Amino acid sequence: MADLRELYQEVVFDHYKKPRNCHRLSDANHIAEGYNPLCGDKVTVYLKVADNVIADVSFEGLGCAISTASASLMTEALKGKTLDEAEHIFQEFHEMVTCHDHVDHGDMGKLGVLAGVSEFPARVKCATLAWHTLQSAIKNRGKIVTTE
Amino acid sequence: MNLATENWQSIRETSTRRIAKWRQDFPILSTEVNGKPLVYLDNGATTQKPKTVIDAERAYYEEYNANVHRGVHTLSQRATDAYEGAREKVRKFINAPSSDEIIFVRGTTEAINLVAHAFGRSQIGRGDEIIVSTMEHHSNIVPWQMLCQETGAILRVVPINDAGEFLFDEFEKLIGPRTKLVGIVHVSNALGSVNPIKRIVDLAHSKNIPVLVDGAQAVAHLKVDVRALDCDFYAFSGHKIFAPTGTGVLYGKRAILERMPPYQGGGDMIRSVSFSKTEYNVIPYKFEAGTPNIAGGICLGVALDYVTSIGMDEIASHEHELLEYATNAIKKIPGVRLIGTAKEKGGILSFIIDGIHPHDIGTILDHQGVAIRAGHHCAMPVMERFCVAATARASFAFYNSFADIDTLIDGIHKVKEILG
Ligand SMILES: Cc1ncc(COP(=O)(O)O)c(C=O)c1O
Repeated sequence: MADLRELYQEVVFDHYKKPRNCHRLSDANHIAEGYNPLCGDKVTVYLKVADNVIADVSFEGLGCAISTASASLMTEALKGKTLDEAEHIFQEFHEMVTCHDHVDHGDMGKLGVLAGVSEFPARVKCATLAWHTLQSAIKNRGKIVTTE
Repeated sequence: MNLATENWQSIRETSTRRIAKWRQDFPILSTEVNGKPLVYLDNGATTQKPKTVIDAERAYYEEYNANVHRGVHTLSQRATDAYEGAREKVRKFINAPSSDEIIFVRGTTEAINLVAHAFGRSQIGRGDEIIVSTMEHHSNIVPWQMLCQETGAILRVVPINDAGEFLFDEFEKLIGPRTKLVGIVHVSNALGSVNPIKRIVDLAHSKNIPVLVDGAQAVAHLKVDVRALDCDFYAFSGHKIFAPTGTGVLYGKRAILERMPPYQGGGDMIRSVSFSKTEYNVIPYKFEAGTPNIAGGICLGVALDYVTSIGMDEIASHEHELLEYATNAIKKIPGVRLIGTAKEKGGILSFIIDGIHPHDIGTILDHQGVAIRAGHHCAMPVMERFCVAATARASFAFYNSFADIDTLIDGIHKVKEILG
């Protein structure tokens, strides 16, 4: 049976209670809004991209512990990364939260604390909302993405 | 009613004895979830099925599966008799005057869409108005919005107060010469509020305006008498009253149904077809194109027999006790706020916990075997009205026990312990 403590780790709490980079970014050049129709959660991701590098990234929105922590950890993980690197991290992250038997999260750094999500299929959408929104911000389609 | 603890003790003992037998009728209630006995408190989403219903579904497929209204052979006749028998059971259950006023549909959603298409597109035009309330389920909002978009009609919304009660005064102000239909939920799925349907109908009828009632959350919990309510349409879903999914009912008064054009075209809804002229069938068949959910319809009849054997008054009084008990208990937990505190309430407890998202509440409760719903409950305008993105919702059925409520309350303490 999946363990709740696996899902709600200390670091997850910490980022839920004190989300990092949780504000508007006034000089953002990529913005997207994400929406999870299942629970009504909304998130806005702000990106400042210069020379293919994520110079700054932030988010705004209210969500559950998992979606908030995931957004917060995402902004920390991506600051200073190139767009290609960001895409790669997203792929890894996605695999980590969706595949039960994906065990090696050594290279995920702090993001590894969300590995427990894979045991809670109902929560995968919470964990990936900010990330899907980030992707859409990068593409700058500017429309609302949903996790459906 | 505010009962002292010693009174609860005796109520609880009587109730535990009373429901023990009912619980045995539902095989799923003795399963485990996450290693814990299932405590099913998501009856607002769908109810569990008693063994008689499950057996009836099996019997249909094993013994007399055949299409209805289409064959001279024995099985087809048996299936038709059973299906039409179920229609009569529905009629009796909601005290409709005649069984041809009972239209079988897929569920409440389809029932409302049927009215929006057949009644709406023939009787509602540019500048006309449709009145609903803030506490409607999306299925009693979106079909009207679509109709308005197509026709240029206008949707008017009766607001609710902080307790989640329908504001009758505001309704009186909104209803006017352009109003063509009033659509109101009987019991709100997000708040539990029970609306004053009879008063609403009386006012609307004094101006010759028909009323549609969304009874999805009502039929399994209180006695519904469409003749006493005098409503023009009454919609409900079978799966919320212990019958299979994909079943539902639209009751409509004969006069209004007869004036309405068909909903979908196809087999069964016609009397004769030729390329020069097609004649439609009589009600209710005019609105039942294609092969229906035959087993489902038959099982809906079986489910209604089942609840009738227990008695709607008995069910309502038990659920009222549960609600009272649960409301008292949950109010004592610091940091918990109830959303929906109407004086007239059904067995629905929508709540939020300070600083904790309903989704996290749902996951942690699930871990203790407690199934509740977390989300906007397809009632986003209600969420907006109370300035929340979502709530956690426990919704009761007659098979829920006081012990179920205790497990819920313990679970909420656990949520606070883990996430607080
Ligand atoms: C008040 C209310 N109306 C309508 C519906 C829609 O019912 P269904 O999805 O069975 O069509 C529901 C069910 O969620 C409901 O609670």
